[in-house]
Amino acid sequence: MTTISTVRIQREPFDVAAEAAKLTRGRTDAGAVVTFTGICRGAENGEPIAALTLEHFPGMAEAEIERHVAEAAQRWPLIGVTVIHRYGRIEPGEDIMMVVTVSSHRQAAFKSADFLMDYLKTRAPFWKQVDKADGKIWVEAKAEDDTAAERWTRGKPEAAE
Amino acid sequence: MTKSIKLRYFAWVRERVGKPEEDVELPAGIATVGELMTWLASRGEEYAYAFENPKVIRAAIDRAHVKPQSPIGEAQEIAFFPPMTGG
Repeated sequence: MTTISTVRIQREPFDVAAEAAKLTRGRTDAGAVVTFTGICRGAENGEPIAALTLEHFPGMAEAEIERHVAEAAQRWPLIGVTVIHRYGRIEPGEDIMMVVTVSSHRQAAFKSADFLMDYLKTRAPFWKQVDKADGKIWVEAKAEDDTAAERWTRGKPEAAE
Repeated sequence: MTKSIKLRYFAWVRERVGKPEEDVELPAGIATVGELMTWLASRGEEYAYAFENPKVIRAAIDRAHVKPQSPIGEAQEIAFFPPMTGG
């Protein structure tokens, strides 16, 4: 099926509910909508932070996320997918990024959103800095994220569609 | 015959090298991304610092992820950066 897909990289905040509504408006075949929002926490490694600063690779960020979305649309029957990822300075409580997936039945919507997040965490070219009182520190990538992404290699139980 | 290529650096790789991008003339004999990292490390203190642990450096050729053994081939642009922390 043709999946309507939208990928945006932007500085400005977004509206998850409005983005989800865009994908379902006027349709009678959408039975499931799953949304994920990533939010800036107030602390990193137990220490309070003033803000996050997100750097990205313009051009590659869009291309890489579009590749992930295309793979999700190949693996699951999806009516629509929207991914929006912010960059720049983001304060605790603010949204960082969102994924919405729409399908006729829930398994495709749940699994594709989970898949997209695991891939995005390890392969989308963004880098976070934590703004603390005494300066900025680069956040380190987590081994758990690589392990999570490996779950989706075809042939493994998690990837069963 | 040398090849001119654009290099881009992100996050702490950029900070250590001291610039976000540059055009370089690749000496003959540098065929893979891994060999390029070794050569870059030899260009000066700041490069040696940036590439001191090549195992944690990730690379992209023309905006697609590649492994260290990937050939440079006809690449126009190669980017080097730390493991990603988006999402």
